[in-house]
Amino acid sequence: MRTPINREELLLRIQALEFAALDLNLYLNTHPGDARALADFNQISAALAQTRKAYEQAFGPLMNYGHSLSCGRWAWIDEPWPWEV
Amino acid sequence: MWAYEKKLEYPVKVSGPNPKLAKVVVTQYGGPDGELAASLRYLTQRYTMPTSQAKGVLTDIGTEELAHMEIVAALVYNLLKGAPLSEIKAAGMDGYYADHDRSVYFVNGDGVPWVAAYIQSKGDPIADLHDNMAAEEKARATYEHLINLSDDPQVTDVLRFLREREVVHFQRFGETLNIVQDFLDRRKVW
Ligand SMILES: [Fe+2]
Repeated sequence: MRTPINREELLLRIQALEFAALDLNLYLNTHPGDARALADFNQISAALAQTRKAYEQAFGPLMNYGHSLSCGRWAWIDEPWPWEV
Repeated sequence: MWAYEKKLEYPVKVSGPNPKLAKVVVTQYGGPDGELAASLRYLTQRYTMPTSQAKGVLTDIGTEELAHMEIVAALVYNLLKGAPLSEIKAAGMDGYYADHDRSVYFVNGDGVPWVAAYIQSKGDPIADLHDNMAAEEKARATYEHLINLSDDPQVTDVLRFLREREVVHFQRFGETLNIVQDFLDRRKVW
């Protein structure tokens, strides 16, 4: 059984995961030998990929240029755009 | 938001250091009809486009122009890499060298730095889309001038790819103009 998903909620989860990954990315650039940060980065990245997949299946592509599928029809140009809040 | 992909959109190779060619190619980095101007023009105009298709077109082409900016940077970087000072001087790039060494900076072929006044965001989608079609034609013409000036076939190959992209962008902007024109016409009838 699939739990009902709210777009806003899923997006917030993606934003949180991606920000954590981004910030760890910056940290790892100057601390590439930090094994704990690396493990965190990989764990968060995996969770991010999963969450993105769930979002895209329900609400359409997050990325352009072939990084997201658009099944059935071209959903890339669906509203809203990120600045339309 | 944006994510970076660690690859070029089109492979870049140069036959060797060539400051004379770098001096003119750099205009597609920081000149009036260059890739920085193109990218920032589309990415800032997209907010006030009236249809979702137009927002998508400007987002995607504006982002592709960033990739072109990187290609031009890769050309300039490699054309300057290891260039002897005598050649830099002979190419009339000594002024550039004084300020930037062999780094990549936003100037035109005469060393004039990029300014935001090169671009416009009018808030009028018809004006903006015509502006963009003109920008693509000016970029195409610039690439043709650069191809005429190029004495490095490997650079010419990259310039040809970039020229072709301007032709495609012009086409997409023309279609977008029609879509937006139809949308605005329909809105006027009530
Ligand atoms: Fe273009």
